Amino acid sequence: MNDMQFTDRAVDQKETKIAAQGVNVHYGDAHAIKDVNVEIEDKTVTAFIGPSGCGKSTFLRCLNRMNDTIDICNVTGNILLDNEDIYDKRVDPVQLRAKVGMVFQKPNPFPKTIYDNVAYGPRIHGLAKNKADLDEIVEKALRRGAIWDEVKDRLDKPGTGLSGGQQQRLCIARAVATEPEVLLMDEPCSALDPIATAQVEELIDELRTRYSVVIVTHSMQQAARVSQKTAFFHLGTLVEFGHTGQIFTNPEDPRTESYITGRIG
Amino acid sequence: MSDTSKTSLLALSPRTKQRNAAEKRFRAYGVAAIAIGLLMLTVLVTNIFSRGTGAFQQTFVTVNVELLESKLDKKGNRDLEDIKKVTTFGYNPLIRDSVVAKVEELGIQTDLKAKDLGGILSKGAVGQLREFVIANPDKIGETIEFRFLAQSRVDGYLKGRVHRESIGNDKSISAEQLDLVDQLVDAGVIVKSFNMDFITGADASDQRPEAAGIGVAMLGSLSMMFVVLGLALPIGVAASIYLEEFAPKNRLTDIIEVNISNLAAVPSIVFGILGLAVFINYMHLPTSAPLVGGLVLTLMTLPTIIISTRAALKAVPPSIRDAALGVGASKMQAVFHHVLPLAAPGILTGTIIGLAQALGETAPLLLIGMVGFIASNAPETLADGLLAPNSAMPAQIYEWAKRADPAFYERAWGGIIILLVFLVTMNTLAVILRRRFERRW
Ligand SMILES: Nc1ncnc2c1ncn2[C@@H]1O[C@H](COP(=O)(O)OP(=O)(O)O)[C@@H](O)[C@H]1O
Ligand SMILES: [Mg+2]
Repeated sequence: MNDMQFTDRAVDQKETKIAAQGVNVHYGDAHAIKDVNVEIEDKTVTAFIGPSGCGKSTFLRCLNRMNDTIDICNVTGNILLDNEDIYDKRVDPVQLRAKVGMVFQKPNPFPKTIYDNVAYGPRIHGLAKNKADLDEIVEKALRRGAIWDEVKDRLDKPGTGLSGGQQQRLCIARAVATEPEVLLMDEPCSALDPIATAQVEELIDELRTRYSVVIVTHSMQQAARVSQKTAFFHLGTLVEFGHTGQIFTNPEDPRTESYITGRIG
Repeated sequence: MSDTSKTSLLALSPRTKQRNAAEKRFRAYGVAAIAIGLLMLTVLVTNIFSRGTGAFQQTFVTVNVELLESKLDKKGNRDLEDIKKVTTFGYNPLIRDSVVAKVEELGIQTDLKAKDLGGILSKGAVGQLREFVIANPDKIGETIEFRFLAQSRVDGYLKGRVHRESIGNDKSISAEQLDLVDQLVDAGVIVKSFNMDFITGADASDQRPEAAGIGVAMLGSLSMMFVVLGLALPIGVAASIYLEEFAPKNRLTDIIEVNISNLAAVPSIVFGILGLAVFINYMHLPTSAPLVGGLVLTLMTLPTIIISTRAALKAVPPSIRDAALGVGASKMQAVFHHVLPLAAPGILTGTIIGLAQALGETAPLLLIGMVGFIASNAPETLADGLLAPNSAMPAQIYEWAKRADPAFYERAWGGIIILLVFLVTMNTLAVILRRRFERRW
């Protein structure tokens, strides 16, 4: 674990953005998430780590109700976003997802122009009054996605023509264009090469100044590099949650220790 | 390791030899299969074209007709009502005399009577002349050049279908008439030329095969295709989108899915009898109407469109839906903004193939009276086109093929050429669309 470098830890307590209380998820009869309680802070990068199939993606998808699209998926318990239950009957998941953006494992730009990719969210949410407004939003989002300089001359070219790393940053730009408060990322670097990964990681660190970022990763080094808080999942339970430095250097649970030293996974 | 077990790469092992031989045999089978397929296609196409191209040519006779005032407008005041009172029967002498005059003008010696001279023209010539006179009453009194259809035996003689040896007991033509035809051909009065009327015209009665065309039946087919397109496409696409994107996956939707697949395999005649029972007997829609034909074909095409649309929707990667939902699009926005445009080429291809199937379908039309109907008038209005009795291309072809006169047989083959041109065009369009928009993500 000597190759791990930790980002400077902001030890001061931040506001809680998302609070999960007693969350259980079933896929049909399979119990995928077992009684998870966790508090995710604002303006912090929180990493979910754990062996494959332990429920990291499942839990992440609960946070913006993407699991609603899976018929057999059943979520119980409370998840509060700014103290409002997102599973309340009155909540429209569409409105929720504008607040809680998501970046997926495989870069998935729309087969449209780079401009339209970013402009789509603001358009359907009516964030721009006119074309100039929209142009501005698109530029701002692309700058935040750290990809503006690479694409500013080819905004009318298809987003699918970019390299993998560029596509993923475009997807991040697309997600931040709707001005979300939380950004969920499910293994955003797993399809990228090391250089693109480094660029995206750098970007995640910048995003922390504005958003609460939750990132699922299978790479412990990555968790160590980008996150301030880390949650370790195992077989559907949240085993340990705490400051990243502490989890990696001084884990409380023997399972966490086994995992980060490479004995389970 | 001993020396004997060491093998050289340059020598083939028995196992490799066996494998290579098997592969060679398989390739030979493949080539043979393709060759057989191509051979059959060639035979089919040459057959159709050698038999059918004749229908696109017709024999015409050019004569000068004197529009006698004494016959056409006895009172001489060019009153249209009076002129209309003269039936086609009254035009017969004019036609007859025009041929007689031509023969005399050319100095041809013949023992034929005036009636037999006129007999080389189609029985439709009088009608053509009458229509002209009613449209141009001011031309009465003048002598005007006309190009009339020759009767079908003369046409057959020029096309090699009718032979001198075989006309012994044919009442429609005699050896003397054929002698005259030979001479008129030499003089350039009788010529064979391209016949647009076959493509645009209406079917004709048994006595006038030379005048029969497929145009009106083509309009019937087109009207049906509009009905099919207008109903099957929106219904099919809506049903598919609902089933694929919105419907919960449960027992009921499973049953619906199985039934749609079953529906695609139902013989078309079943849809025909269903159409007869429901649309005609119960709903009292008119028989032989393209609207009813279109409704029946819609039922038949619907499963094809639903199946291909669902396949096209399934082929759109789920990550596109996730991406749209992830930025806060509603399910409907995700489908209509992102999934549907990507599935559109597939949907279109399926629709075109479904339409092509429907276009060539004959059996269901049997039961709703579109086969055997003689479509003699082109519909004048859109409503007429849908509701007035009509035939359809395949039905017209079947009708011609079963008539006794071999002149109709030739037209059946000609009709098949036209039908095939439509089908090949539609299928080519489908292939082009598919190629053009394939895999854009
Ligand atoms: N759509 C689904 N349907 C049924 N089971 C699923 C589905 N998605 C995930 N699971 C199950 O839920 C468990 C957790 O999966 P996941 O959240 O994808 O794990 P991770 O992201 O940590 O690898 C696994 O056992 C997986 O088989
Ligand atoms: Mg996962």
